[in-house]
Amino acid sequence: MKKILIVDDEPNILLSLDFLMKKNGFEVFIARDGEEALDIAQREKPTIVILDIMMPKVDGYEVCQFLKSQADLSHARVIFLSAKSKDTDIQKGYDVGADLYVTKPFSTRTLVKQVKELA
Amino acid sequence: MTWPWLILISSVLYLTLLFGIAYMGERQARRGRSLVNNPYIYSLSLAVFCTAWTYYGSVGQAAQQGIPFLTTYLGPTLMAPLWWIVLRKIIRICKVQRITTLADFISARYGNTIWLGVLVTTVCVLGILPYISIQLKAVATSLDILLENPAPDKSVTGFATDPALFITIALAGFTILFGTRRVDVTERHEGMVTAIAFESLFKLLAFLAVGAYITFGIFNGFGDIFSQASELPSLRELFTLDESQYADWFWLTLVAMFAIFLLPRQFQVAVKENVDENHLRRAIWLFPLYLILINLFVLPIALGGNLLFQGQSVDADTYVLAIPQFFSQNGLTLFTFLGGLSAATSMIIVSTIALSTMVNNNLLVPIWLSGKSLQELKRKRINRALLNSRRLTIIGILLFAYLYFKLVSGQFSLVSIGIVSFVAVAQLAPATLGGLFWKRGTHAGAFSGLLVGFGVWFYTLILPTIVQAELLPADFLENGLFGISALRPQSLFGLTVFSPLSQAIFWSLLLNTGCYVGVSLCTRIGVSERKQAELFVDIFRYSPRTASALEGMKVVQAADIQELLTKFLGTRQTEASLKTFYRQYQTSYQPKADYRLVSYAERLLAGVIGSASAHVMVMSVVRKDDLRLEDLFQVLDESQQLVYANQKLKQKSEELEQLSHQLKRANEELKKIDHLKDEFISTVTHEMRTPITSIRAFCEILQDSPELSDDEQEQFLTTIIKETDRMERLINQVLDLEKFESGKQKLNLQEVAMNDIIQDALKSVSQLLKERGVTIQVNLSANLPPVQADPDRLTQVILNLISNAIKFCDSDNGQVRISSYLVDGVVKVNVLDNGKGVPAESQEMIFEGFFQAHDQTTKKPIGSGLGLTISRKIIEHHQGRLWVESEPNQGAKFSFTLPAPRTAKKLTY
Repeated sequence: MKKILIVDDEPNILLSLDFLMKKNGFEVFIARDGEEALDIAQREKPTIVILDIMMPKVDGYEVCQFLKSQADLSHARVIFLSAKSKDTDIQKGYDVGADLYVTKPFSTRTLVKQVKELA
Repeated sequence: MTWPWLILISSVLYLTLLFGIAYMGERQARRGRSLVNNPYIYSLSLAVFCTAWTYYGSVGQAAQQGIPFLTTYLGPTLMAPLWWIVLRKIIRICKVQRITTLADFISARYGNTIWLGVLVTTVCVLGILPYISIQLKAVATSLDILLENPAPDKSVTGFATDPALFITIALAGFTILFGTRRVDVTERHEGMVTAIAFESLFKLLAFLAVGAYITFGIFNGFGDIFSQASELPSLRELFTLDESQYADWFWLTLVAMFAIFLLPRQFQVAVKENVDENHLRRAIWLFPLYLILINLFVLPIALGGNLLFQGQSVDADTYVLAIPQFFSQNGLTLFTFLGGLSAATSMIIVSTIALSTMVNNNLLVPIWLSGKSLQELKRKRINRALLNSRRLTIIGILLFAYLYFKLVSGQFSLVSIGIVSFVAVAQLAPATLGGLFWKRGTHAGAFSGLLVGFGVWFYTLILPTIVQAELLPADFLENGLFGISALRPQSLFGLTVFSPLSQAIFWSLLLNTGCYVGVSLCTRIGVSERKQAELFVDIFRYSPRTASALEGMKVVQAADIQELLTKFLGTRQTEASLKTFYRQYQTSYQPKADYRLVSYAERLLAGVIGSASAHVMVMSVVRKDDLRLEDLFQVLDESQQLVYANQKLKQKSEELEQLSHQLKRANEELKKIDHLKDEFISTVTHEMRTPITSIRAFCEILQDSPELSDDEQEQFLTTIIKETDRMERLINQVLDLEKFESGKQKLNLQEVAMNDIIQDALKSVSQLLKERGVTIQVNLSANLPPVQADPDRLTQVILNLISNAIKFCDSDNGQVRISSYLVDGVVKVNVLDNGKGVPAESQEMIFEGFFQAHDQTTKKPIGSGLGLTISRKIIEHHQGRLWVESEPNQGAKFSFTLPAPRTAKKLTY
């Protein structure tokens, strides 16, 4: 079972993604901020990381940069899931090594399809 | 009030009135409503001709010599019809050439030479000083009569108590005040002219009053006086003409004809102060009419005086005043005295102004200018120096006149000294009239004629008075200079047919005219002289296009251009500039300058003194105008103004710099605001995306997952509703904020008990408190005054603060405290929590909308949206204050105040 790490500070988004990903056969890990995300990622080595950008403590860009800089973590596919929708934000997301950038609000059906493709 | 005091006070009042009138005239002129721009005022100002000589002296002369006194008035009357030919021409020339004095006029006509101006000035000053002094004498004597001083004080002692000295000082003040306002002497002195016109009217009325009183009050009309007088043989003689007087009549009338336009004061009022030459048309008959009126009662007064004071030693010059005083007519005596004062003062004022201008422009300034470089001049404050010099000259002239009065003229009759002055200025007639109508007259002719005429005048008329004053040996009069009888001053060259006065006039004018014509014919006319002769004689042909008519008459010399440049640039720079010029145009020095050099010079000068001035300067060389002093001052004045303008400009540019700085700051502020607005919009949309995302996700899950348990369905639906609420709250907050920001928010103000609002708010959060396990401590003051507030809005603020406190208090052992009390006339509410507190740097930021958003990607703990922003707006609209105090890890204390009723201002919301 592939591991997926979902990072967001909005409980309701976590709730919905947790339900969706479990339903689609992933082992789901939840983090509420960047720090927690890095801990879990180092421990669990997830295949997929769904990352919010604006979070307390460490933001999504930093988390992604860190993951991509670690040999044992760089294989993880990173999907940014953010309300930041400016071109510069998206560009920065890809610059720090993201595999996909999805803006909120999003279609759960498309997201599930994209996650499966990357996994 | 005692009589001397009355005299003193009326004199002071009269002079004050004169000041007032002059001031008014000046003010009206500045407002563009000239008082002097009409022929009546002009004619009255011409009557400055009638001085104390007329007022007191005519009667004196009539009483002693009979009707020859009339020559002084017949001359001007005969001359008046000729004004249209002579005076109009002079006026036109002076306007075109910006001439201000007779000395200027004559020196300009004969090629602008300094020495001729100096000579004319000397003639005028020496000729007029005695004339001014007799005015002082008249005032002093009239005061003596009035105060019944037994023996007129003729000694030099007693200056401090001499009223004549005080009058001299007062007149110096007046003349300085209204005669030396501006440096440009071509400007008219409208205030002075207005005052002079008033004085003319005043002295006429006073003289008519005293004349009428004597003729009709003391005697029974003209017939009575004349018949009484004709009974006395000594008096009958006075109005009979004998043959021996014919010559006197002729010569005195002639000099009076000249005097009416050559006397400096007449030139001043008739020419310089003339506004419109058409005023002459009316003055031609108005002025003679004035002369007739003022002479109407001369004979009756003179004869009346002789009849009344037979055998008494009463000076005939004082009859005018002595008669009404003899009959104890105090009011009339005072009026008469003031009339005499006005006659004297008007003459003194105008003569002094005219002379001071002349002395400065034709005597002092040329001396002062010689040997000074223009560089040096430019550094000085010419304006002030010139004005001060004129002021000092005025004082000097009056002082000399006073001394002359004290030393010499005290011993002579008013008329005798007046006539001497007339003869002096008559010496200017050949050069002036010749200059107007005879192109062949030359500088040398004018100079020699004037010198000779003046010499004869001095020899025949002045030396005898000095002898009589016992300052020269008497033997000189009887035997002539060096004992040569042909050189006896009073019968020069053995001419004994005429009276001493007539022979003096005869010889001086004859030799003067002879020299003028003779020398003129023997000398060549200079180039600039010819141009001026052309211009003066044919003025009506050239004006108004005077300047251009003669342009190109003279070839421009390169040396002249170089000289001009040197004046302004200095030798070295001029040479360097000219070298550049020759190199640039690949030419070498040519004696005749071409247009390129002229325009090059003009450009060079423009850099130094401005383009307008540069043009004037260069054109003066091109046209070979000798640079007139007035123009020079104008130019220097302009360059001073330029310096001033530059300073102004610098100041302005500094101000501008400051403004642009402010603008830059405002722009940055605006950019910041614009940035904030962008931030706000992006934050608001961002904040909205979050609930929408959840709502959409759960909707899709519900749709795609029929396998969901009832509990799960229930949970997801509840979440959707909560997120919808969140959206709604957000939208309402944005709308609220917009209302406050735009001022559309209306408050429903009423008397509100603060504690009730707090209690209500606490009730609505009690559920939340229980859920979070937060304890609350309430401490409300029992005696709060009611406040003026909108209860719903106030509830909103308190709820916002309490829910924030619940949100941010310690998550394990949450404590919230709320208190209210009255302090310093305001109702204060505190809401405290025991959370982490608000860092100092964020204490203001949290009141800005979506504080957490500011370009940050890390969020602060739990988002505060617009709640605090709106709360602060609400409190501010209630004229209160909302703020936070916090120490790290000591919790946060939010406080707000509302004015208690006593201090609450009337709210307009």
